[in-house]
Amino acid sequence: MGARLFKNFSFFSATLSFFILIGVFSVLFSYAQEALHEFGFDFLYNEVWEADEDDEGGIFGGYVPIIGTLLSTLIAMLIATPLAMGIAIFLTEIATEKMIQPVSVAIELLAAIPSIIYGMWGLFYFAPIVQLTVGGNGVGLLTAGIVLAIMIIPFMAAITRDAMNTTPPVLKESAYSMGATKFEVIKDIVMPYAKGGIIGSIILALGRALGETMAVAFLIGSVMSIPSKITDPTTSIPVLLANNFAEAQDLEMSSMYYLALILFIVSFAIISLAKFYFFRKSII
Amino acid sequence: MNRLLLNKFILILSTLSALVGLGFLFWILITLSYKGISSLHFTTFTKDLVEGGIRNLLVGQFTMALMASTIAIPIGMMAGIYLREYSSNGKLASIIRNLSDVMMSAPSIVIGVFVFAILVDPFRGYNGWAGIVALAIMMIPIIISTTDNMLSLVPKELREAGIALGGSKHKIILQIILKAAKVGITTGVLLSFARIIGETAPLLFTSANNQFFTMDLTEQFPSLTVSIYNLATYPDEASRELAWAASFVLTAIVLCINLLGRYIIRTKK
Repeated sequence: MGARLFKNFSFFSATLSFFILIGVFSVLFSYAQEALHEFGFDFLYNEVWEADEDDEGGIFGGYVPIIGTLLSTLIAMLIATPLAMGIAIFLTEIATEKMIQPVSVAIELLAAIPSIIYGMWGLFYFAPIVQLTVGGNGVGLLTAGIVLAIMIIPFMAAITRDAMNTTPPVLKESAYSMGATKFEVIKDIVMPYAKGGIIGSIILALGRALGETMAVAFLIGSVMSIPSKITDPTTSIPVLLANNFAEAQDLEMSSMYYLALILFIVSFAIISLAKFYFFRKSII
Repeated sequence: MNRLLLNKFILILSTLSALVGLGFLFWILITLSYKGISSLHFTTFTKDLVEGGIRNLLVGQFTMALMASTIAIPIGMMAGIYLREYSSNGKLASIIRNLSDVMMSAPSIVIGVFVFAILVDPFRGYNGWAGIVALAIMMIPIIISTTDNMLSLVPKELREAGIALGGSKHKIILQIILKAAKVGITTGVLLSFARIIGETAPLLFTSANNQFFTMDLTEQFPSLTVSIYNLATYPDEASRELAWAASFVLTAIVLCINLLGRYIIRTKK
């Protein structure tokens, strides 16, 4: 009796995440119907986001937030990837036994800080520095991209480090005995061996950057326009949802669901890609 | 000589990037402590938001995170148990593992939109339960993955010993396997709690916020993180100071729980 109940409850719990996933997809899809019918795939290329005076209809296009999301993520990835690789190399090949533990904990704490704190700090301390050195208003694509990079570095570095740590010492030792330098060992032995995990970590970090809301909400400027310079303010899908979703009506609301659906599908695709192609051995 | 030089160059760059990472951590923590502590007063903890304090916000945030945990921990652990003990290498287990990982990385704002559609829109108003469900949805996949991983570390001999003693499967799981994996699962639970208590995006339009003290989960519910977002964008100095104080308290809570989790697993293993 107890045994069957226990097994059934555990089976029910396990299938729950499947139903939540299906639930999220179908709810977003059905609420986005109105916008899907009205705008179809043109939604993706249309720059205009304007409600009619009576708040009942209007023209809504997702081009600006989509481009804003892609550009801020691109900036973040360009900055974060080399730094995260550097940190992983430092932790696996350079740091002494005594240093590994405290530096790892510090990097992991950096990952634990809530994203809203990054936003606050970025707005009051980092944006003025960007304004002074690069120009612009302080808030904009560049500031959002850099702070986003700081947020995803620890995550990327931790997975890359774990992947690099799986390299068998024998392989490295034989390369050293041939007279290879540390860099050559990293480049020719460790990197190829951990390739799957490293690319996987980059893709997972990409997914995280695309969906990040709070840090970017403080810093991207939340303006519905295509940026012409890197310091210009714009908006992203999560930020538009965070700021305008609750007040939206009818067709505009449906267009917001459309954007949420796009974000969900893209992050689903990215994570599946990372999982099925690169994490054959489960690292996370 | 060139390759030795290149080697040095790369090693210096790697060390520098570690320093940059540490530099940002200390920069953030120092500015946060400086701004936060100078804006903190004793009354910050005794007054509600409406009077310029964070008492109701702290209670509200903890209430929602704890309620979410009471939903997510049993479900997540049972799902992890199913994956590892009942269907370890089955096709269903591998599908569920992958879907759970997808849910773990789903953008938190999308979870907020989803919960808005099912729990806020039909009831015509923000409510605490919606916030709790949103946080629970975020927490379940993390608990599943932790439980699954920790159970995989339990040696097969323990299971065999249990079977040899004639224990039924669920007794073996409850009395032997879970005990062996206790420390790791506790750490995982603490880390996931630290993660959801700092979440903002899933709460923005589910539980929203409340200036007053309330324990009624059917109305708008006070939230520390949502308040930080609102307060920081107000132009007046008092609101900003309160936002810094709240940020400092939040970060201190999150980092302490995080360190506690890491400490437990290091001392007990």
